[in-house]
Amino acid sequence: MALVSDGRFVEDGWRRLADEETLPKSGKAIVSLARLEHALANLPAGVSLGVNLPNTTEPASLAAALPRLELIEIAFPAFADGRGFSLARLIRRAGFKGELRASGRLLADQYAHALGCGFDTVEIPDDIAGRQDEAQWRAARAAHARTYQRGYVAPGSILDARRKAAAK
Amino acid sequence: MTAHDTTLTRPNAPVTTYRYDDFDAAFVKERVAEFREQVRRRLAGNLTEDEFRPFRLMNGLYLQLHAYMLRVAIPYGTLSARQMRRLADIADKYDRGYGHFTTRQNLQYNWPKLVDTPDILEALAEVEMHAIQTSGNCIRNVTADHFAGVAPDEIEDPRPTAEFLRQWSSAHPEFSFLPRKFKIAVTGAAHDRAAVKVHDIGLALVKNDAGEIGYQVYVGGGLGRTPFVAKLIRDFVARADLLAYLEAIMRVYNRFGRRDNKYKARIKILVHEKGIDAVREAVEAEFAGMDRAVFSYDPAEFERIAAYFTPPPYEALPADSEKLRAARVAHPAFGNFVEVNVAPHKAPGYAIVTVSLKPVGGIPGDATSAQMRVLADASERFGFGELRISHEQNVILPHVKQDDLFDLWKLLDAAGLATANAGLVSDIISCPGLDYCSLATARSIPIAQAISKRFADLSRQRRIGKLGIKISGCINACGHHHVGAIGILGLEKKGQESYQITLGGDPTFSANVGELLGPGVTAEQVPDVIEHIVDFYLAERQEGESFIETWRRIGHARFKDVLRREGEDGAGI
Repeated sequence: MALVSDGRFVEDGWRRLADEETLPKSGKAIVSLARLEHALANLPAGVSLGVNLPNTTEPASLAAALPRLELIEIAFPAFADGRGFSLARLIRRAGFKGELRASGRLLADQYAHALGCGFDTVEIPDDIAGRQDEAQWRAARAAHARTYQRGYVAPGSILDARRKAAAK
Repeated sequence: MTAHDTTLTRPNAPVTTYRYDDFDAAFVKERVAEFREQVRRRLAGNLTEDEFRPFRLMNGLYLQLHAYMLRVAIPYGTLSARQMRRLADIADKYDRGYGHFTTRQNLQYNWPKLVDTPDILEALAEVEMHAIQTSGNCIRNVTADHFAGVAPDEIEDPRPTAEFLRQWSSAHPEFSFLPRKFKIAVTGAAHDRAAVKVHDIGLALVKNDAGEIGYQVYVGGGLGRTPFVAKLIRDFVARADLLAYLEAIMRVYNRFGRRDNKYKARIKILVHEKGIDAVREAVEAEFAGMDRAVFSYDPAEFERIAAYFTPPPYEALPADSEKLRAARVAHPAFGNFVEVNVAPHKAPGYAIVTVSLKPVGGIPGDATSAQMRVLADASERFGFGELRISHEQNVILPHVKQDDLFDLWKLLDAAGLATANAGLVSDIISCPGLDYCSLATARSIPIAQAISKRFADLSRQRRIGKLGIKISGCINACGHHHVGAIGILGLEKKGQESYQITLGGDPTFSANVGELLGPGVTAEQVPDVIEHIVDFYLAERQEGESFIETWRRIGHARFKDVLRREGEDGAGI
């Protein structure tokens, strides 16, 4: 697996915990949604907690956990399955401020979409990382420098730029 | 800067089409550059064919039966003379000298090469055109009434709304990987010429009791293998809330639309399975939960767009032209053209002209590059340089002075573009069928040609009156057969082409899916069956009644019966 952050392949400081594994005493651990309740109840102090969500998760079910989560990972079972984009929007809307990670077979060509919907990082399998190097991820992000939508995490909203130009 | 200032710098440009500003131009250029890079990465092996597919589709590029096909967007069907000429140039340089206008107000090239497509997209971008989202599982090119801005029955020109939606939906970060394609149509008139009720979302501009303009929103319409007429989800959405409301619908669809079966992934299935009330509840809950102010409608932006669609500088003219009256009398063929292909205009002394791309025996929707240039010239000489593409696969000249109609007709006639059959039995909508399409199971074009030849006599067609025939070469229904007064669906049965006939389809506000007439017939039998149906209608109709009105009055069973009996009499049906 490779992790893309800010257009670079970076080391992943998080460890994915299998459901039968005991909770660590320290460090950063990602648990499954099924394990979340248990992990929250038994979490040793000093451990950072993340959760891996299927893209069908109802965001309201996370309300109580949100303040204690430092990472939320949304699974993309296939790159053409865009449910994770909407789920990311809803999780951000619910006030989540931690790292939002897309995990699955996403392509560099979707990097701008992921960032736009509020993701910080993208975790991809090695075969994709092998064919799509850092340069391609950065280029794909730059290819969407301008967007028409507002309210999405996009630095180059055309509508805002127009407003600015009109105000001059 | 106002719309009128920009026309000064572009003398041949019409006043009533949206003009890109620097941001729009940069955006489209960015998409072309992105696609050029994607093609390069595909050829270099960075993207597999499976990975490349959605991105090429989002740029209009299909892999068809024999070759690639490029589908160019004509947003809300509006086109300038300059753009039409560019389409002709591309047809000559990169294709085989013609293009095919489709039911989605697009133009398709059937023979481009993959390596040429970035250059074609660049050539389009130079004239403010593109192929963005003409395919793929995203919000498709938004369509609108082809009589927008000129129809006498209009509440408001739907094109500013459509352009507003074009921008909002372009490369949308959240909705570019939907369960399936998503189609939106807008109408602003009392009569629906945009078929809004057979779209995923249909918008009808309405005025509420307080005199405010807003939108009636229909959702879940669509044809294909399971045709549905859209349901009303909201009676009135204020303009200020339009984008927010659409985002709410899209988000509900993106989250809950089925993804297990591509035939069940359309929003019409979600509406059908959950019921419109449950979908409405989910959409309203999402709408209520949003921070609308952040991304909602910007009135200044809407006004900026709307300014491009102000009427062209019409002359003050008498309502009826004496010159036109005299020419109609002196030239009966011209008189017939006016009777059939010319519609009333909201400005006195002007007319809307439908140029039929359905010559007798021709391929519906095809135009040669020479014809495209004639149309571009005609629009500049007689119509403020503006053209429209209708979902009936015809070209419209929306602002012709009645005084000029005769000269226009002569020009069109010389180019084989004056067939006086708009709305008549040979004005057939047809998909490309087995001749081009990799999905098709039967031919459509030859069927359309055979029917058109059978009814070649235009005076007989006028006696029959308005009658829409629509043909699809497979159950995906690109030819809209479900909503044809007479619909024809080509299927393959035991290695043989078989055609199912439906009656009573209607794409307007009174939308209706056609009913099956009986077992399928062979390709050779289709013209006979159509002729029997038409003859029966002529025998049964009352004064002034259209085909669909007669069918509704006397009922489907009578049509079914008479055909069955005639079949038994040896007519071979």
